[in-house]
Amino acid sequence: MSHRFETVDEVRGDLAKVDYLADDAIAGIVYLADRLGKPILIEGPAGTGKTQLAKSVAEMSDSRLIRLQCYEGLDESKALYEWNYKKQLLRIQTESGEDESWTEIQDDIFSDEFLLTRPLLEAIRAEDRVVLLIDEVDRVEIETEALLLEVLSDYQVSIPELGTLEAKQVPLVFLTSNNTRELSEALKRRCLFLHLDYPTMEREKEIVLTKVPDINEHLADQVARIVRSIRSLELKKHPSVSETIDWARTLILLGIEQVDEAVASETINILLKYRSDIEKALKEFKTNSAQVFTPAS
Amino acid sequence: MRDGVIDDLETEKAAVAEASPIFELLNGFVTELRNAGLPVSLSENLDAIEAVRHIPLEDRSAFKAALAATLVKNHTHWRSFETLFEVFFSLRGAEYALDGDSDDPFGDLDPDDQDGPPGAEGQGQGGGGGDGLTPEELAEMLFQAMKNNDQALQRALARQAVKRYAGMEPGRPVGGTYYLYRTLRNLDLDAMLERLMQEAQEDAGGLTPLEERLERDEYETRMDGLRKEIEAEIRRRLVADRGAEAMAKTLRKPLPEDVDFMHASREEMTNLRRAIYPLTRKLAVRLARKRRHGRKGPLDFRNTVRHSLSYGGVPAEPKFKYPRPSKPEIMVIADISGSVAAFARFTLHLVYAISGQFSKVRAFVFIDGLDEVTSYFDGVEDIAEAVHRVNTEADVVWVDGHSDYGHAFEVFWENYGNEINSKTTVLILGDARNNYHASQAWILKEIEHRARKLFWLNPEPKAYWDTGDSIIGEYGSHCDGVFEVRNLRQLERFVDNLV
Ligand SMILES: Nc1ncnc2c1ncn2[C@@H]1O[C@H](COP(=O)(O)OP(=O)(O)OP(=O)(O)O)[C@@H](O)[C@H]1O
Ligand SMILES: [Mg+2]
Repeated sequence: MSHRFETVDEVRGDLAKVDYLADDAIAGIVYLADRLGKPILIEGPAGTGKTQLAKSVAEMSDSRLIRLQCYEGLDESKALYEWNYKKQLLRIQTESGEDESWTEIQDDIFSDEFLLTRPLLEAIRAEDRVVLLIDEVDRVEIETEALLLEVLSDYQVSIPELGTLEAKQVPLVFLTSNNTRELSEALKRRCLFLHLDYPTMEREKEIVLTKVPDINEHLADQVARIVRSIRSLELKKHPSVSETIDWARTLILLGIEQVDEAVASETINILLKYRSDIEKALKEFKTNSAQVFTPAS
Repeated sequence: MRDGVIDDLETEKAAVAEASPIFELLNGFVTELRNAGLPVSLSENLDAIEAVRHIPLEDRSAFKAALAATLVKNHTHWRSFETLFEVFFSLRGAEYALDGDSDDPFGDLDPDDQDGPPGAEGQGQGGGGGDGLTPEELAEMLFQAMKNNDQALQRALARQAVKRYAGMEPGRPVGGTYYLYRTLRNLDLDAMLERLMQEAQEDAGGLTPLEERLERDEYETRMDGLRKEIEAEIRRRLVADRGAEAMAKTLRKPLPEDVDFMHASREEMTNLRRAIYPLTRKLAVRLARKRRHGRKGPLDFRNTVRHSLSYGGVPAEPKFKYPRPSKPEIMVIADISGSVAAFARFTLHLVYAISGQFSKVRAFVFIDGLDEVTSYFDGVEDIAEAVHRVNTEADVVWVDGHSDYGHAFEVFWENYGNEINSKTTVLILGDARNNYHASQAWILKEIEHRARKLFWLNPEPKAYWDTGDSIIGEYGSHCDGVFEVRNLRQLERFVDNLV
């Protein structure tokens, strides 16, 4: 079996070419997933690039992205496959005059032609290289998770009327979760696990520089530092990477070159959504921090 | 059949282990992870073995990432994993080519350091460039390394500092924290931070509060890095002295969800507070789902017929009426004195975080006097803030500030007793240590009569109940349930069942 990537560094480099800034852990796990033929389960706070990682890997490896967006109530007929029974009914009606046996009809209507392929099956049957993204898997009921297991461990789908369909190629699979509930042990066992946290200050600065074309080094640095400081506070919701990017873009639009207290307090609502969080952060930045913070020893 | 598979896997594992000492080491590591409470399955163990085959062993961080990806499937277990990883793979440098310290300007631990006493103060001889420095020179070098963010030099100096200041002697039965404390006391990082800030001020010709804050955060990040280096060095030396298995055992720490409310250290408290947000979010989602899916009611005839139209009149999809069970009203009565305060805080926080599940939540806190604090939570976004106010502002001291459950219950009964009805669930939080005051247990009996349910949550281990001045047995006999709730895991379970 041929592998997609030769080295971890290659993964990181290629991701950077499509504007995704990965650290060692991220690049390493993508590399491993390809080598071991295992899915990656990515968990972490909102807006840390979980979904984007799958998209970027697809882009950089010239693979087709197949996405299954999960939601409460997602079932087999939307995730795996469904028989097109309208078409089946039509077929039965048109044939009912002839002297065709029921077995023949049955064989016919349970064939490929009448099968509606959904994302999981589509990924299994693909002839070309695909990346399968199962987004926000924590939204489906725990019972529905079972649907995924066969696909994720054996890369096959069993359809009672057709038998077992095996993958022609091993797709690279990403599952994302916002951790609103504990996923089943069975699912976790089958996956490599990546906790995608907020990036380090240095990496976030790189992300800003890549994603906000007109920004200069100095402002990007300031943006990343301020966001890091805000994240060190105990808040209801910390700013996500996408909010950092939005903030930086806004600063550029406003023609700002230097963030001071006034700019920060006028634009902080892009980073923080709760009133109480905003108040807390502004209070922190106005007071002399030496009095607020006694350094831990 | 099952056994057969496992046998095969075990044989394979054994075969792999034979092939290379690194795999043997890996098996020991996995055993320790399990001892620490991480649920590593056999298949995950095999995945780890397979994974490291694809990783150049000299790349320590890739090696660590490969193990983490295959063995740790819950982020709250990360710290335990990291500590154990350090213990198991920090010393095996040369042998397994895992030690990524070639950038160390002072060289690695001296070979003679490893068998002999790891350099007590003043003893280190010929261990490379760092030994000749005076303490002042060392401090100055460290200052410069911090200021310029020279991480290689920081690492080297961290080692040197441990060697000089920790006073480590082989076989001494003290834990790493003791050595850490001694080393840090000598380095006086607080003073260094102030000096760094001062120089930053001078270099910039004055800093605005915002700039100052950003500078400080930057230096504190560097300090944290240095502290980690020092801890790592201490651990390395301890492992050299005692062996990995023994060290792993002394380092075994409870997972956040298992940390005892009553005996949490400051760091554990911080971790607990961090854990509570995702937990309440998870709980809220789960409970909301439960309400929606919970019970199937009787057939909803009209709805079924309406839907049947799309099936040509065949009632193919029966629809049910979802009963809307009336939401209970909750009254929480919490002892917030000394040792049980943390427990009360977490429970109040959790209850308010899911207050949408109840028609009404009222909170009362007491020590020997009792005060209603419901209004503290009215319309606030930040529950933690409200909980904090409860602890600092509520009027709960009557005589001497020692818990008096009996008197608190009396006050409660007199003022609020008639507001309890058959929809009210009453939760009492506390250790029932009544300082030998009158119990007034009859009040609980009255409450139990009036309320829908009366539960007691006790943060003490069951083994201590009814010892000394604890009268949980007497109070409990009037309750619908008494639960031991010592940690987040137990608290989550209780709240889950409550709704
Ligand atoms: N490492 C990164 N490199 C480049 N851009 C990034 C990176 N991480 C995050 N981003 C940016 O952040 C945005 C949000 O990321 P994404 O939508 O993948 O978040 P998510 O983790 O899936 O969030 P959610 O949990 O809300 O679904 C991306 O569109 C991308 O612009
Ligand atoms: Mg997403």
